Amino acid sequence: MADNNIVLEAKNITKQFPGVLANDHVNFDLRKGEIHALLGENGAGKTTLMNILYGLHKPDSGEIFVDGKSIVIHSPKDSIQVGIGMVHQHFMLIPVFSVAENIMLGDETTHMGMLDTKAVSQRVHELSQQYSLEVDPSALVGQLSVGAQQRVEIVKTLYRNASILILDEPTAVLTPQETDDLFRVMRKLTGRGVSIIFITHKLKEVLAVADRITTMRAGRVIGTVKPSETNEAKLASMMVGREVILTVHKGEAKPKEEVLRVEHLCVLDDRDLEAVNNVSFEVHAGEILGIAGVQGNGQTQLAEALTGLRPTKSGKMIMGGKDLSGKPPRPIIETGLAHIPEDRQRHGLVLSYTVADNMVLCNYYLPPFARGMVLQQEKVDENARKLIKDFDVRTPSPYVPTSKLSGGNQQKVIVARELSRDVKLVIASQPTRGLDVGSIEYIHKEIVIMRDRGVGVLLISAELDEIMSLSDRVAVMYRGQIVATVDAKQADREQLGLWMAGAHAEAV
Amino acid sequence: MNGRRFAIIIFIIAIMFGTVVLVGISKNSPLVIITSMIATTIAVATPLTLGALCGLYCERAGVVNIGIEGTMLGAAFFGWLASIYMNTIFHFPALPSLIVGVIAAVVTGGLFALLHAVLSITFKVDQIIGGTVINILASGITGFLNRQMFFGAGSVFHGNIPDSPGVLPTIRIPLLADIPVIGRVFIQQPIAWSAIALVIITQVVIFHTRWGLRTRAVGEHPRAADTVGINVIRMRYFNVIIGGLLAGLAGAYFTLESISSFQPDMTNGRGFIALAAMIFGNWTPFGAWSAALVFGAAQALQINLQFFRELIPSQLAVLQNSYVVGLAPYLLTMLILTGLIGKTIPPAADGKPYEK
Repeated sequence: MADNNIVLEAKNITKQFPGVLANDHVNFDLRKGEIHALLGENGAGKTTLMNILYGLHKPDSGEIFVDGKSIVIHSPKDSIQVGIGMVHQHFMLIPVFSVAENIMLGDETTHMGMLDTKAVSQRVHELSQQYSLEVDPSALVGQLSVGAQQRVEIVKTLYRNASILILDEPTAVLTPQETDDLFRVMRKLTGRGVSIIFITHKLKEVLAVADRITTMRAGRVIGTVKPSETNEAKLASMMVGREVILTVHKGEAKPKEEVLRVEHLCVLDDRDLEAVNNVSFEVHAGEILGIAGVQGNGQTQLAEALTGLRPTKSGKMIMGGKDLSGKPPRPIIETGLAHIPEDRQRHGLVLSYTVADNMVLCNYYLPPFARGMVLQQEKVDENARKLIKDFDVRTPSPYVPTSKLSGGNQQKVIVARELSRDVKLVIASQPTRGLDVGSIEYIHKEIVIMRDRGVGVLLISAELDEIMSLSDRVAVMYRGQIVATVDAKQADREQLGLWMAGAHAEAV
Repeated sequence: MNGRRFAIIIFIIAIMFGTVVLVGISKNSPLVIITSMIATTIAVATPLTLGALCGLYCERAGVVNIGIEGTMLGAAFFGWLASIYMNTIFHFPALPSLIVGVIAAVVTGGLFALLHAVLSITFKVDQIIGGTVINILASGITGFLNRQMFFGAGSVFHGNIPDSPGVLPTIRIPLLADIPVIGRVFIQQPIAWSAIALVIITQVVIFHTRWGLRTRAVGEHPRAADTVGINVIRMRYFNVIIGGLLAGLAGAYFTLESISSFQPDMTNGRGFIALAAMIFGNWTPFGAWSAALVFGAAQALQINLQFFRELIPSQLAVLQNSYVVGLAPYLLTMLILTGLIGKTIPPAADGKPYEK
């Protein structure tokens, strides 16, 4: 393609990681002033490709052209030099530094050997005016909201005169309104000649904002299309390689008795700040209560407190007629709790243990798995074989360490262990984070099955779509408090977004 | 440094100074005693201050260095050895010999730090183990060479310890040193003065220069630094080595400024107390310095009480035992590290090797 509008081109990029061909002869190009979306599931190779363009990885083979010239990128320094800027999915900001310090880092302005923070702040101020990216140069980054930190990241690239901007999953941590703001900023940037690569796995967003969409799957480019020529279903099947059911089918909820009652719960975080502040709610058997909210608003601490992993400061947590607040996990589990933790690798599994051993982590000490002090390995294996079959866990055998399984199958091991027990309440924290579409489908289905079987489900998720499609009732958490609770049928995306951003509401 | 910590420091210093004043009041005026305490405190805090600054450069860049103790000991020995060689074998006059000794000590510190850097940054050996290796190595090498060179038949100096060139001369601050009584505080030896200067320089370097910003960045979030084109490995190497040079200077204090001889394991835990000072000072130069002064004051307490030994009332006979009083700096370390210190926040990536 002899298009002189092409500012960046990657040709035949191949990158092999131990055991994975992350990029397999990938071709990708970016035109001046366009938003080119790169769509794909986790592990499809999007981030690897971008890390190659940004100099964090070296490709095994392939060529990169910027403005038609072949270049070799050894390190981020080289890519910054040619005008590539990247906003990483996990922000590359230093929380204890000010905004100005973060922005100038690596490209400092000095005056007689001393950092010239004043000059930098001035320039940051100009940039933020120019692109309506509101940032305060003297603020400490750690005290900013996620949305504001993202603006700092964008200004950071503009400060280095980036003309090619790579945004890696920029909307994952934003509220719907913040996402809209981001899209406006992206439009403004492209209007001034900046070209943007927008990496995501969210189909709606791609259709809303991209000029072209390239889909990747298993390290290969599947195709490039225009939004006008495609739709969500087509994109999803390009991404996954088969037809996907995007909506969750579930019948009417039939809530029965209360299985969990939380009263005025307060929980401290690691810094001794009140992360959960006077939270009260109840979960009924046969319903799914979704807790929506931007990450970091106390959901993690709430889940940890309810499962006995974190001490409570005050308040009650009543299950089966008993106040279990402050109790360790075992009595809570024995009362009938299943827990799908947020961080599956750290809190859900012992990665070095086998699949079979992980499947009895909650009840290995009970018959039939134990007789006195002796573990009954036969029963443990039998249990594992049954669960692997029932929950369709893809593993070579029950005896491989869970660390060898894919994220989706690791999650299935946890789901199998937790949901196969006789439980009254399921607490599922970010149950589908980082999973492929197939596994998401499966886990959503299992959660609905549990509900229909008369189990109460507390679903905590930062994905608003997940909350809206699964929940029967939705509570919104903001800065440690539940700011609103609504019936899912009356929940409105915009309204939920406003609450997630801190707008107060009376309980509906 | 927050108010609480500042109050603790003032309180502890007041108790220690007060004790000495009460004991010695019948012999000297309080002003004389306090002046003497301050002067001693500043002098004996020198290796602690420099050691703490060593730790500060390393840890601000994300490398834990518990080998400060060994680095100081090695530097103390080789600095002293160099000065003796210069003086007795090459017949340099005393002062040039001592200066060569200081340079040798500083270089030795740098080399020990280089070893730590190679182990912990390049080979990603557990940093505590790397530091322990240095401590054991320094203790072993200096003890062995000390015996081989100076003692017994067949030793280099044939069993005669040669005359050492003495210690570094004092430097008077003009005018201030001439003030009656309290002028004594402004007469200190060169390494003591450099330590104070280095506290100020470090404060400026770490918080107001490009180097400092990048150093702090690789200690807080090395990947973020990498993504803006900063060479994390290089920054860490240089900072660990800068720290080593400072620990080397601290080593020189022991054999070239404080006394003019070497004894096996003479650093006596000062390297670890320096680390405690750095932590108590919350990884800031002035904080570390004030903490070093507290520990220095505890040592000054011991020295001054010894001076007034016969005046100690019989009810406090326990204070006549110099071993008991000698425990003060160590007890204080334990006390401060366990209870008094409150919450300190180390650099986020402190002690973590950087994996690309």
